[in-house]
Amino acid sequence: MFCDVCKSKEATVFLTQIVEGKMQKVNLCEGCSKEKGVNDPTGFALADLLLGLGAAQEIDKNPAGNRCPVCGFSQADFKKTGRLGCSACYDAFAEGLSGMLKNMHRGSVHTGKVPAKLRVGRLRNKELTELQASLQKAVQEEQFEEAATLRDRIRKLEEESHAETAPEQEPSAEVNRIASLAQSPGTAETAQTLGVPKPRKNS
Amino acid sequence: MKLSRIIANTGEWLSGAGPHDQIVVSSRVRLARNLKGKPFPGWSKKAERVAVLEEVRTAVEQLPEMEESFSEKLDDLSALEKQVLVERHLISREHAAKGAGSAVVMNTSQTLSFMINEEDHLRMQAIRAGLQLDQVFAMINQADSELEDTLDFAFHNDLGYLTACPTNVGTGMRASAMIHLPGLVMSEQVNKIINSVNKIGLAVRGLHGEGTEAMGNLFQVSNQTTLGETEEEIIGRLNKVIFQILEHEQNARQILLQQRAETLLDQIGRAYGILCHAHSITSKEALNLLSFIKMGVDLGLFPSNNRLHVDELFIETQPAHLQKGLQVRKLGAEERDSLRAALIRAKLNQMAEPEIGKIPTNGSSTPSTSNTSETSEES
Repeated sequence: MFCDVCKSKEATVFLTQIVEGKMQKVNLCEGCSKEKGVNDPTGFALADLLLGLGAAQEIDKNPAGNRCPVCGFSQADFKKTGRLGCSACYDAFAEGLSGMLKNMHRGSVHTGKVPAKLRVGRLRNKELTELQASLQKAVQEEQFEEAATLRDRIRKLEEESHAETAPEQEPSAEVNRIASLAQSPGTAETAQTLGVPKPRKNS
Repeated sequence: MKLSRIIANTGEWLSGAGPHDQIVVSSRVRLARNLKGKPFPGWSKKAERVAVLEEVRTAVEQLPEMEESFSEKLDDLSALEKQVLVERHLISREHAAKGAGSAVVMNTSQTLSFMINEEDHLRMQAIRAGLQLDQVFAMINQADSELEDTLDFAFHNDLGYLTACPTNVGTGMRASAMIHLPGLVMSEQVNKIINSVNKIGLAVRGLHGEGTEAMGNLFQVSNQTTLGETEEEIIGRLNKVIFQILEHEQNARQILLQQRAETLLDQIGRAYGILCHAHSITSKEALNLLSFIKMGVDLGLFPSNNRLHVDELFIETQPAHLQKGLQVRKLGAEERDSLRAALIRAKLNQMAEPEIGKIPTNGSSTPSTSNTSETSEES
């Protein structure tokens, strides 16, 4: 079998690639394969070896700059080592990583252990989100008594949250949501009579 | 505490007892953690690594379970000492290659070990004899929860614990069991098992983990994925698979006994013959032959009080362990091979000669662990 490129020498390198679902076979002689970089070990990313083929391309998709703003780690570094530079890299390269993580693991969201310090906050946030939804529903259905109870529980939880954690927390997204609820036509009056809190700054 | 004391005792996972410890040598769980806001070890400067080392080492040494512990910087350990720790699975090969800015802390019974500044700031493991992944996880989970009080670990709302390599992100947990599968290897079923285990997202590897050869018919089964499942779910899945492999191994041995008893006895007898009379033997050959002796003990061909002697030989014949008593100089490969052969001869000659020749009728390769407790006591 002759080389597909020079068509004169015996092919010794057989390359099979899958491009957009179609299998492509290329047969090359040693000289042409070197010229095309097939034998070049640096052309074959370590990230691919470690994390499965396509990993290096995945992370290449990330458009948001080439470097992690916190530690200066670059995509090229990741390709070379298969390791990231710091925790912030997970956000900096989030887009490229998400596809890779999906292929690599059985899910894309952590469901296991949470450090105790964060556990209370995470539970409270979950409860708050649920209460918000119930409050919204109660207001829409004009169940005012229930809405008032819900509102008090939300207030209490938010106070706890402000007291304990939160120097870096966003000014309560929940409160903002209730405020916007109050502005929407039809429910404004109800919200007002309920005394739904206005957005406040972090203490 | 001095390392010599650690080295002098074999450690609990080797000499201790555990469920199914005839086939499952040990269970191990390791957790990977990093400090919030600090670059990972591979991407940090020496000064940063040293600062992380001090912070983490202090926290680890103060754990109540580490009251009696050994703690040393990697650059204060000799190459031989590091290799001994690798052979005991107390540190990784990668960690042994580290120098300044890395350290290891372990307890005296060698059930808990903490690698500081390996690939992640902290990699901590618990290891014990037999199949007891749940208990081993509980041990290391406890240590992790205690460390949370003093250390701020990098944790992401969606991705969980953040690690240098994305393959560990989430739980940061690798749970593994080392299993001895001579029956499946002899009956050529082991590749089938490995392939089907790989298909369900678990990995089967050689004696010293990733990229190492399976010697002495020892295999490591571990979880491949760390994100999207709880620690308990991962361990549950792993346990289920290990029980199945255990059953296959027991069946394979029974079938060998019924259908190819002569071959089986021949292999065990030859292994015993070579080990008793060899004057030069490589560690690979020694492990492969010791595997047959170990199976012979399981099948009742050797008096069962020899179990510990045989199990110890698996570790004592490894290159660094062979030389640990000799302070003088590093031995060459040939010198090691003859030293190894002498060690094996001495140990096997202490054992009563086996009755290889009659086929055991009630092979002890049943799932029960009844005869393990007496054999595993300290000698």
